[in-house]
Amino acid sequence: MDKATALHLYRVMRTIRRFEQRSTTLFGENKIWGTIHSYAGEEAIAAGVCEHLRDDDWITSTHRGHGHCIAKRAELGKMFAELLGRETGYCRGRGGSMHIADTSKGNLGANGIVGGGIPIATGAALTAKQLGTDQVAVSFFGDGAANQGTFHESLNIAAIWKLPVIYVCENNQYAESFPAKKAFAIEDIAIRAEGYGMPGVRVDGRDVAAVYAAAGEAVARARNGDGPTLLVCESYRHEGHYYGDPRKYQSKEEIEGWKTSFDPLVDARAWIVREKLGTESELDAVDREIDDEMERAVAWAEAGPPASPLRPEEIYASN
Amino acid sequence: MPQIRTAPLPSSGAGEDASASREMFYAEALNDALRIEMQRDPKVIVLGEDIAEHGGAFQVTAGLLAEFGPTRIRQTPISEIGLVGTAVGAALTGLRPVAELMYIDFSGLAMDQIVNQAAQNRFMFGGQARVPLVVRTQGGSGRGNAAQHSKSLEAWFTHVAGLKVVMPATPADAKGLLAAAIRDDDPVMFIEHKLLYRTKGQVPAGEHLVPLGRADVKRAGTDVTIVTWSREVLFSLEAAAKLAEEGIEAEVVDVRSLVPLDKDAILASVRKTRRVLVVHEAIKRGGYGGEIAALIAEEAFDDLDAPPRRLAGVETPIPYAQPLELGVVPQVADIVEAARNLVNG
Repeated sequence: MDKATALHLYRVMRTIRRFEQRSTTLFGENKIWGTIHSYAGEEAIAAGVCEHLRDDDWITSTHRGHGHCIAKRAELGKMFAELLGRETGYCRGRGGSMHIADTSKGNLGANGIVGGGIPIATGAALTAKQLGTDQVAVSFFGDGAANQGTFHESLNIAAIWKLPVIYVCENNQYAESFPAKKAFAIEDIAIRAEGYGMPGVRVDGRDVAAVYAAAGEAVARARNGDGPTLLVCESYRHEGHYYGDPRKYQSKEEIEGWKTSFDPLVDARAWIVREKLGTESELDAVDREIDDEMERAVAWAEAGPPASPLRPEEIYASN
Repeated sequence: MPQIRTAPLPSSGAGEDASASREMFYAEALNDALRIEMQRDPKVIVLGEDIAEHGGAFQVTAGLLAEFGPTRIRQTPISEIGLVGTAVGAALTGLRPVAELMYIDFSGLAMDQIVNQAAQNRFMFGGQARVPLVVRTQGGSGRGNAAQHSKSLEAWFTHVAGLKVVMPATPADAKGLLAAAIRDDDPVMFIEHKLLYRTKGQVPAGEHLVPLGRADVKRAGTDVTIVTWSREVLFSLEAAAKLAEEGIEAEVVDVRSLVPLDKDAILASVRKTRRVLVVHEAIKRGGYGGEIAALIAEEAFDDLDAPPRRLAGVETPIPYAQPLELGVVPQVADIVEAARNLVNG
């Protein structure tokens, strides 16, 4: 991997982590309404996959969607503005954290329904195939969604039609509070791919270089017209299901153990330095830039006007 | 009044004289609309079960595979949420898909994609998205298909902000409304009736558009307004002919499109006749007739000589045996009696 790519992967991951930390602070200050779901711990997946995507490639995301949004090159200010319920937010304060979309960058939206985005990405891939473009679609979803009917129906449809879509299952070990080891009778979710007639790849979702390599193959395969791939990234979410989750389903030992042993950002830094793709001081400079960018984005978002009043006609495109 | 947004695309013409019309079955008229819209716009595709060689469970897509091939007549596995969700994604990204759900009773399997995704994407995303999707389906009883293949579920969809709901009664309206629904930039539930497919009527040749949101007075009258849709329009017209023999002139308003609803046309008719009977096949409780009756009560109470009345399906799953089945949805004689009672006070 070249230096620029490595540093960009790190920058995206660090931006996601900082965004989640800053959102948590804003939530604690009662500035964010509703709920937020932190992507901290899973940054390597969004960063490694989206590094291969162009602005005209599509993604569908999840309720835990901030990371995908950032990796698909969203503007931080408009994301914060959405969380703060401002007119300047991506969805003009109509959607909030669980529904951020940025169609200008091919982000077809976070989704509050587990597995809701899987057929939508499949349909985006159908558009690419139908129009004869080389665009691809990526559906991000969790281990919970892999047990929804949409997963089964969509993977089958994509396989029989050889659609240019990559199904990225982020196994963060918990479907809300239900542990994956209890929700699956198999240990490796990727083996399900064989049942649909597509490649299934399991990768360490903590290792951004590994995700990047596996996603590169899957995206190339889709772009070349060779059909879909199921890419399962083993991961762990550092926080609870949502902000304030009492996490009664996890022991303190488990949480602390994972958090100290499973940090894709720590790993990414070590890897970059070890492979001489960057120095500690270069990475520190990136961190400072991101911190500054984050504060500017929050300030811009907080200065924005509140969401405008609803208009009855806005729910339709043709009135 | 809602306007049709017509994309700047060439008229297909299809070599036909636009002023001509011919008699067609309802199913043929739908087929004609699909064919013309597919000729006109390469982004129109059809997805559904048994729609290819078989031509659809009710032959609405007959012949389209031969003309447009398997990439545009996309036959799917029996995967209702998969096929509707794929259509939602295709609509979000530039195609104009028509997804066929063979029976409206199967819509529960696809409901998340219809309700949480297609209907809400535009709003949730602050206007960034448009979802030009048509979900064609059919409902209704009268064919001995029993409880899981005979329901009238339009009220479910009228309750969802972001959907449009269309229920044509005649072949000409079926063609014109389907073409308009395909050109519309919003998700439209296009609900046919299984016993209308083999009914006949004059249908304009070539391009024919009926705007969504416009009711049609199918019969003018002075004594009572019957507001209705789908197959009950035909029953109501028969009933109106019988009522005329008794000296009662009923006006039959076919709403055609439940959402958006042509309130002005309904209120104008009610203000003229001062009496209204709302007739639908769906179960009365929670049915869309309640919405229309309430609308009339709120907006035209002082113009009424009698309370708005509803005649609708019995609260039961649709039974199998024919005499039982006929007994649970309004028949012509039921409409005659209800209208007569309303007029005679």
